[in-house]
Amino acid sequence: MTVDVARRPRPKAGGAVFLASLFWRWPGLRTAVLLVPPLAWFVVVYLASLVLLLVTAFWTIDPFTTELVQSWNLDNFLQILQEPTYLRIIGRTVLMAALVTVTDAAIAFPFAYFMARVASRRTQTLLFAAVLLPLWASYLARVYSWILILNHGGVLNWGLTSVGLPAANLAYTDVAVWIVFCYIWLPFMIIPTYSALERVPDSLLEAASDLGARGWRVMRDVVLPLALPGIVAGSIFTFSLTLGDYITPVLIGGGTSFIGNVVYSNIGIANNVPFAAALAMVPIVIMAAYLLIARRLGAFEAL
Amino acid sequence: MTGIWTRAALRVWAALVLLFLFIPMVVIFLYAFNSSKIEAWPIAGLSLRWITAALNDSEILSAIRLSVEVGLITTALALVLGSLAAFAIHRATFFGRDAVNFLLVLPLALPGIITGVALHAFFEFGGILLSVATIVVGHTTFCIVVVYNNVLARLRRTQGSLFEAAMDLGANGFQTFRDVTLPLLSTAIIAGAMLAFALSFDEIIVTTFTAGAQNTLPIWIFAQIRNGQRLPEVNVVVSLVILVTIVPVLIAARLTGGGGTTRSTAR
Repeated sequence: MTVDVARRPRPKAGGAVFLASLFWRWPGLRTAVLLVPPLAWFVVVYLASLVLLLVTAFWTIDPFTTELVQSWNLDNFLQILQEPTYLRIIGRTVLMAALVTVTDAAIAFPFAYFMARVASRRTQTLLFAAVLLPLWASYLARVYSWILILNHGGVLNWGLTSVGLPAANLAYTDVAVWIVFCYIWLPFMIIPTYSALERVPDSLLEAASDLGARGWRVMRDVVLPLALPGIVAGSIFTFSLTLGDYITPVLIGGGTSFIGNVVYSNIGIANNVPFAAALAMVPIVIMAAYLLIARRLGAFEAL
Repeated sequence: MTGIWTRAALRVWAALVLLFLFIPMVVIFLYAFNSSKIEAWPIAGLSLRWITAALNDSEILSAIRLSVEVGLITTALALVLGSLAAFAIHRATFFGRDAVNFLLVLPLALPGIITGVALHAFFEFGGILLSVATIVVGHTTFCIVVVYNNVLARLRRTQGSLFEAAMDLGANGFQTFRDVTLPLLSTAIIAGAMLAFALSFDEIIVTTFTAGAQNTLPIWIFAQIRNGQRLPEVNVVVSLVILVTIVPVLIAARLTGGGGTTRSTAR
């Protein structure tokens, strides 16, 4: 049975068909047309804003009139780099970000290893869902929950005193900020570490033990190096998100300033946008350096 | 391969991490049912007192309404822009493809404060008054990637031969899109939309810098936690936000098998 191709009903030749055949012939045109709206959004709104942020950082505010002075100068940056207060704040924020990253990596690695290499297929799926939930669950709610846990009459003190230990009043201290940051960003570390560990072929581990390597040796020389890109990918999030956060220090910190707080108060109370912009450059510069190192370590393939 | 003691230790560790991840959220839910005004553990008893109080509060209700409104408009915009980007990237192999990937994930990977301050400066010096519209612009910028991830992940797993078959059977490009592509992508699109809504509904940092006098739900919560006067209602509202953000993930993970739910770029 043959069908006469010429007599098959053809779709009506409207503008749509014309466009469709045009796209078929030039796939590049299709890509361009599809990509223009989202890219335009990003260029017009996002990139333009980031560029403006950079430009604003070189402007100043007249201290008497609080009017914007649009003349190029390095005053904001000099102030940040010369006043020990700001350098201390930057140092403290970077230290906190590093501490949080290391702690999360230490918590996440054994968990991810269990998920990827020990747990059954079923448990694996369940655990993955169990990590996804806190990843998406309200950020603000999860910060707030720690006030209920760490405050004077909170869950932690109840637990400590009921087993006969002295109460630990951790709320509104830097330790609380550290705990909450570790908690909030932990799923960001677990997922890429797990993905990296899951990709390690069994045969590699068998080869290592065939060659006489014991458990810890295999871990150190085979598993860890292969998981490293995943850990670094996770650290991009834990490090970067800690660098700029102000909600956690404001809600549960003891009044110590981090970069985010200072930026926040300069926009809100002081209304000194240029100075806030200059200070916001600090996490961007630190992250740019961090990303360059991360790329060297192969983290982008694991992202 | 892993020794029995190591396995046992890992099992215990995994259990501890799970407790660490979930106890805080469970605590909030319990506090929402607290019968007392005092925020102390153990809670005095269970009651619906504060739930009723919170759901009859006009300030809270209007904050919820605003957050839903912003979330819906944001989701619609993110759906269109994210899907377009996914379609473009899927079949194309062009120079700068990785750059596009990188650009889209940037607003989620950089601290919110940078996006927030940047947009704040943009609006302030562009002479644009802060309003619901500026909040939506801010939210859309970081929600696009969520839709993009989900749609792209699905497109990657869909066999190209299906589209070719449709074309061979005489469907033109748009018929193929309507009758084949869209049905295949529908669950991924729904998943992306729900996650985008969840992300927008809970967002606080970018919102703080792009809102004028508007009080979205997270802004109300943040102000009340700092104020400390109405924490019993805060417990209820915060539990609601947890639900609104968690349910979409559960559905999305079901619909997509977890493909686009990890928050970094789809590969």
